[in-house]
Amino acid sequence: MWDRRHVISIDDFSREDIEDVLKNTAKMDEYLEKGNVPELMKGKILATLFFEPSTRTRLSFEAAMQRLGGTVIGFSDPSATSIKKKETTADTVRMAAAYADVIAMRHPYPGAAKLAAQVSSVPILNGGDGSNQHPTQTLLDLYTIKKELGTLDGIKIAMVGDLKYGRTVHSLCTALKLFDATFKFISPEQLRMPDTYKRGLTYEETTELDVSDADVVYVTRIQAERFPDPAEYEKLKGFYVINKKVVSTMKEKSIIMHPLPRVDEIHYEVDSDPRAKYFKQAYYGVPTRMALIAMVMGAI
Amino acid sequence: MLMVRHIENGTVIDHIDAGKGLEVLKVLGGAGDTTIVLAINVQSKKKGKKDILKLENKFLDKDKMDLIAIISPNTTINVIREGKVVEKINAEMPEEINGVLKCINPKCITNAPREPVTTSFTVKKNPVMLKCKYCSTEFPADMIQLL
Repeated sequence: MWDRRHVISIDDFSREDIEDVLKNTAKMDEYLEKGNVPELMKGKILATLFFEPSTRTRLSFEAAMQRLGGTVIGFSDPSATSIKKKETTADTVRMAAAYADVIAMRHPYPGAAKLAAQVSSVPILNGGDGSNQHPTQTLLDLYTIKKELGTLDGIKIAMVGDLKYGRTVHSLCTALKLFDATFKFISPEQLRMPDTYKRGLTYEETTELDVSDADVVYVTRIQAERFPDPAEYEKLKGFYVINKKVVSTMKEKSIIMHPLPRVDEIHYEVDSDPRAKYFKQAYYGVPTRMALIAMVMGAI
Repeated sequence: MLMVRHIENGTVIDHIDAGKGLEVLKVLGGAGDTTIVLAINVQSKKKGKKDILKLENKFLDKDKMDLIAIISPNTTINVIREGKVVEKINAEMPEEINGVLKCINPKCITNAPREPVTTSFTVKKNPVMLKCKYCSTEFPADMIQLL
């Protein structure tokens, strides 16, 4: 079922699919912890096609492949490739598919990952296509919640910040709906969660930063690059700040997450709080992507 | 009663939702060389008011009928040959529509030059919304644009 599968959108995942990935991620996490990772990808090549910059996603895909004994080729600066000579995305993907066994791709245009899946002879792992989808981020977010809280079922998650443009929160809504989560959307009026993602959810919506009843506080950056009007961005940046005072109101058994990079929405003084899990969350990107690579390659 | 002459050959699009006639004409690609009569806010027993569009010597393919159904569900398409209605089709809303419409998201990969990709949208009802299968952008029927 997983062999040769493309990972394009979290919308394509059933609850069982997600549980499969989380189970395998837990295995990889354990291998990493014990330092005995099997070389499941020995002799295999991952191509990382990064048509726009990324730090965490690219590095964790590369680390994941190398931990599994495979090797990596690719680019992270399209200006140094034939794309500058106006090669199409489709042709670049076809070429990479001829050189590698699996492709991880990030692209500024929404929908590019689906196009890549249509033309590629090897599995595509979508590492983010514009404002559209970033399924491996969603899966690592789910793994973080499951690992740190022990369950995904029936949790209450407060999403804070830019809920309009933030793709991570959109995909997380879609996925957590399958686990009967309840939602609290905390954002400025201008950055509210779009209706399309709220359909079928149990949720409340507010501008007030009250996270006292949440199991998960998922904080997002106000993304300057998504704003058509820079003046609007200036007005909203720094709207919410999670500091020690806010954290002191949170439940003892709760967690703070952030897809990173952060700007000023989580104060550095919070980093040492045991509920701050955002760096662990970034780390879980490696076992999650190890699991996905091994699964689509039919190795587990 | 408004009198408009009968057509010998062509298509009469009847029971268009009142006020949607111009939108229907737009998705058919405008008038071109075709003789067209558009009647707006005509009295109707079934709907109270309706629009009617008559196209002389023009026949519609499935894609065009799908588009009409998206803009105005429950429209009737009458095919006229030699002055007689030879076929009456109830335009049915398709579940998806491919290769006809443009995605309204300018950054969507389907709008990138030279990429080998055919646009594809799923159609949701009540209210009618189209969702791009590539970039996931959703938009209402009155925003559709032809390729």
